[in-house]
Amino acid sequence: MNRTRWQNLRSELLANKFGIVAIVILAVFTLSAIFAFLSPIDPNQLDVTAKLQSPNAKHWFGTDDYGRDYFTRALYGGRVSLLVGFASMIIATGIGVVIGVVSGYFGGRLDNLLMRILEVFLSIPSFLVLLLLSVFLHPSVGNIIVIIALLMWMNIARIVRAETMSLKTREYVLYAKASGQSAFGIVSKHILPNLVPVIIVGATNNIASAIMMESSLSFLGFGVQPPNATWGSMLNNAQGYVAYAPHLALFPGLLILLTVLSFNILGDILRVGFEPKLGRR
Amino acid sequence: MRQLIVRRLLQAIPMLFVVSVVCFGMIKLAPGDPVLSFVTPNMHAEDIERIRHNLGLDQPAYVQYLLWLKECLSGNLGYSLVNHQPVLDQIVDRLPATVGLMGISIALAVLLAIPLGMIAGANRNRWIDKLINLIAYIGISVPLFWLAILFIYLFAIKLHWLPSMGMRTIGKESALDVVKHGILPCAVLTIGFLASYVRYIRSGTIGQFKEEYVQIQYAFGSKKSTVLFRHVMKHVLLPIITLLGMSMGDLVTGALVTETVFSWPGIGSLGMTAVRGMDYPVIMGITLFSAVLLILGNLAADILYGVADPRIKSGEVSS
Repeated sequence: MNRTRWQNLRSELLANKFGIVAIVILAVFTLSAIFAFLSPIDPNQLDVTAKLQSPNAKHWFGTDDYGRDYFTRALYGGRVSLLVGFASMIIATGIGVVIGVVSGYFGGRLDNLLMRILEVFLSIPSFLVLLLLSVFLHPSVGNIIVIIALLMWMNIARIVRAETMSLKTREYVLYAKASGQSAFGIVSKHILPNLVPVIIVGATNNIASAIMMESSLSFLGFGVQPPNATWGSMLNNAQGYVAYAPHLALFPGLLILLTVLSFNILGDILRVGFEPKLGRR
Repeated sequence: MRQLIVRRLLQAIPMLFVVSVVCFGMIKLAPGDPVLSFVTPNMHAEDIERIRHNLGLDQPAYVQYLLWLKECLSGNLGYSLVNHQPVLDQIVDRLPATVGLMGISIALAVLLAIPLGMIAGANRNRWIDKLINLIAYIGISVPLFWLAILFIYLFAIKLHWLPSMGMRTIGKESALDVVKHGILPCAVLTIGFLASYVRYIRSGTIGQFKEEYVQIQYAFGSKKSTVLFRHVMKHVLLPIITLLGMSMGDLVTGALVTETVFSWPGIGSLGMTAVRGMDYPVIMGITLFSAVLLILGNLAADILYGVADPRIKSGEVSS
């Protein structure tokens, strides 16, 4: 990781209007999720006299079927959705990097074994497994994070493995080996720092797919359980009212779309920024 | 060529075995006693034990697995714990609905993606590329169940153009009726597939335009459209085989959410019902079925690719 790489990345980011918009959207969403408690309205405050209101000055996103303020619920829902996205990304990236580096660096039988395990994970229909596990285990936020992470580490592991295999034939790594450094020393000093770009790109894409998985799961009613809400479970509830209160369906979906879109765009910009050879998109 | 097929087949068999063990183990370890679904309040303890014995659930896990595997290989995937129908029959019953829906969606997506992706790639960074690219970005980021709800609201509730639920109107037995019911779910799925296909084809096209043969064609005075459709297209279409192979795994479970929203009577909604009812022979059957499809799809893609691109056969290019 050297200076010019970061500079490259910065100029790539600044040159791309979509990238700036994506960063602003993500910053706003993250901050409002963190500071959701500052909202004066309790997200679980029932008010049956004011149920299913359309968006108005008092309730920006309207109210839901129990008269709860939908904007505040969306804030708290975003908290869970983003938490699941970030946390599963961190776990999945951790697993993926360890397996990828070990597999790529040591090669041979160990590599073969790990790659077969990876292929098994790839050939299991992941969404069905996700559904099953969340039925069997209690669908708490923690469990969902772990399950999603376990279904998502394979991509990063593959990319990291390929990159490690190419890095370990570089001359500076060969010199380090010849000078008697331990495998751990070589990996942590010479290989891991060079993996940072691919890891960041993979992690960004992982957040997007984790958020998507969580919202599909919650939409089907197997995710985070009430009274906690996520954008996905809000949509599940909204399905029943789509004829008379379409705003209930509109907002949570729009929020998911904007979040996932921003992470996807950001992931691609990072990829180009880190690999100037690819050239401007 | 034969060597490639044999090698890939040999790799697929242990994969299938491990996948079946994983499916079985996962469901075995799951809490929840399937016998309870047969129990009525006035049953004696020995009745319950007898049911357990009849279902083979009192055997050790590995015996249960081997019994199940033996039955599977002879074409019996077991019986549903809920309605006692053979699992394979249920899957086969639902298969046409899912395959029809997914097949048409994937075909439409490929047909639309080829021109869109190639136009975008050939006009890189022009406005048309930026537009197609942005739409593709939105397509891969939009939650399909949300899109489904929006379509239902717009086309079924507001405009009354199309039905929003199921595959047939009760009492109507016409093909046109099925088509009408299929339009919305098909549109949602096509958008989902289209976006990733367009991105794939676009980046393939960009890659091809950097190749020397394109420069040579230009040097000989070929027009861009000639180069694009006569030369680049061949190379760009080849990887689509791989893409289709990978889509095989989605064929069954990919439609799960969409089928659920539209109550489309396919394998996805069968799976959802099974998960809700803890009907594990059905869940296991579907999981295994889609894993087999996925592995065979990848196998078929590899082999077809080998046929289409002779360089792979001889091992010059790794797939």
